Amino acid sequence: MLCFAAGGWCGALDAFNGETGTIRISGGTAHIPVMKEAAARIMSSHPDIQISIAGGGSGVGIKQVGEGLVDIGNSGRSPSDEEVHKYGLKMFKWAVDGVGVVVNPKNPVQSLTTAQLKDIFAGTLTNWRQVGGSDKGINLYTRDEASGTREVFWKKALAKGDITPTANVVPSNGAMKTAVANDPWGIGFVSVGHIDATVAPVALNGVVPTLDTVRQGTYKVARGLYSNTKGAPTGLVQKFIDYLFSPEGQEIAADKGFIGIK
Amino acid sequence: MSRETIAHTVFSSAAWLSAACTLMVFGFMAVLGYPILRDGLLWDMLSGPWSPMHQSYGIRPMIAGTLWIAFFGLMLAAPLSLGCAVLIQVVAPRGFGRLLHNVVHWMTGIPTVVYGFVGIFLLVPLVRQIFGHGSGLCALTAALMLAVLVAPTMILFFVQGLSQVPRSYLTAAAALGATPIQRLIYIMLPNAWRTLSAGLVLAFGRAVGDTMIALMLAGNAVALPHSVLDSARTLPAHIALVIAADFDSPEFRGLFLCGLILYLFTLTASLAVRCTVTSGRQRP
Repeated sequence: MLCFAAGGWCGALDAFNGETGTIRISGGTAHIPVMKEAAARIMSSHPDIQISIAGGGSGVGIKQVGEGLVDIGNSGRSPSDEEVHKYGLKMFKWAVDGVGVVVNPKNPVQSLTTAQLKDIFAGTLTNWRQVGGSDKGINLYTRDEASGTREVFWKKALAKGDITPTANVVPSNGAMKTAVANDPWGIGFVSVGHIDATVAPVALNGVVPTLDTVRQGTYKVARGLYSNTKGAPTGLVQKFIDYLFSPEGQEIAADKGFIGIK
Repeated sequence: MSRETIAHTVFSSAAWLSAACTLMVFGFMAVLGYPILRDGLLWDMLSGPWSPMHQSYGIRPMIAGTLWIAFFGLMLAAPLSLGCAVLIQVVAPRGFGRLLHNVVHWMTGIPTVVYGFVGIFLLVPLVRQIFGHGSGLCALTAALMLAVLVAPTMILFFVQGLSQVPRSYLTAAAALGATPIQRLIYIMLPNAWRTLSAGLVLAFGRAVGDTMIALMLAGNAVALPHSVLDSARTLPAHIALVIAADFDSPEFRGLFLCGLILYLFTLTASLAVRCTVTSGRQRP
């Protein structure tokens, strides 16, 4: 349908004409909405192509593509030098994603400073009353150690501060959203593209994490979304990566709440 | 070859194959966990806290979490299961007991992830509301759901145990004028206690090994839990959360130690079951 409506942009999908095969993708959970949309468009116009998408987190993506288990491994952080060296990875950054602090919509606290955020996650600030909310304990939610979202949050929002060992650990962006949406006194962090009406974003040092602020660069807690391949991609995989960089692919990324690279 | 020999060979090779698989799993974990022993990290891993940023890969909080949640869940499930078994076997063997028995059979087939999912949306807010503080994700929540998970298996085991008491004992007691409840307390329970304890230990093995419920409901904090309202992490949930780490990292190697400890827990449980059941059979 999009092909008929926006004829000029159909060109990106035409590149797949005559191709058959499978693309296996896994890795970062933040990338999944874009991957699914791209895969849906490609598979519906080219039924001979099969694309399978799995999650697992940035760590899983890098490991699996390095071991040859998948063709494309997504990560929400750039692979470390050791990882690149060990697996011979090629990285492709096709979008930028902000990571925003979120609380339950019923929570009156809408804004925090970096110092307050650091204290909350370190466990020294334990009551919402101390940051202007109701007299209730703060329930912390963080992500597992291999998460790209967690890494950028720790580096840029917490300035590498400690995260207390008593924080609850959830395994994905989706699980984080569910946890915070169900807990009136919870605080956590999600990819900005995942923020919807079920959670309320918290302004950090006066800047609210939205798509616009990330795009303009005023909201600094952001990371690149990477798709990694083992060695230079060829054939179908190369075309998929090109598709992500095409105007249509970038439009999908923007649609899903990320900022395109161009 | 005679039919006897063929049958003997086929069945004994099947038995050997199953035993070999179990032993190979143990061997695999021991071999891959060997670097821990070689580097002298075993004691640190068993007693220290989990803090990769400070180079500490201790799994003591996870071992504690596993035992807390499993024992608590068992404590909640055991009286409930015994009560249900008594109902099914003694109090209402026809009618409601039969219905309950069928429901329990059906419940054993429910996947654990369904329990976890229901727990997140129904049990967690309830626990949070009742206690007024905390996120609702704690050892208690996981133990409650675990109790619901292991209860059906325990009930079926208990029912079987109670039904295996020799009929002659019960008829003799009835002839002496004992009521059904007196028969239960003085004849059935003392005679069935071996199967009952076997059922308990088996349920413990299951509770210790369950991943999804603890992963979704217990909170997964890395700190050592000090009360049932603390967020806790179990060994299987820890494996699930760390498995995405790099293959060469000490975090990943620690997972094999986790696996070994879980293996030892369930092995002890199985051996305990075998001992209680077989020693009972030798009585005249």
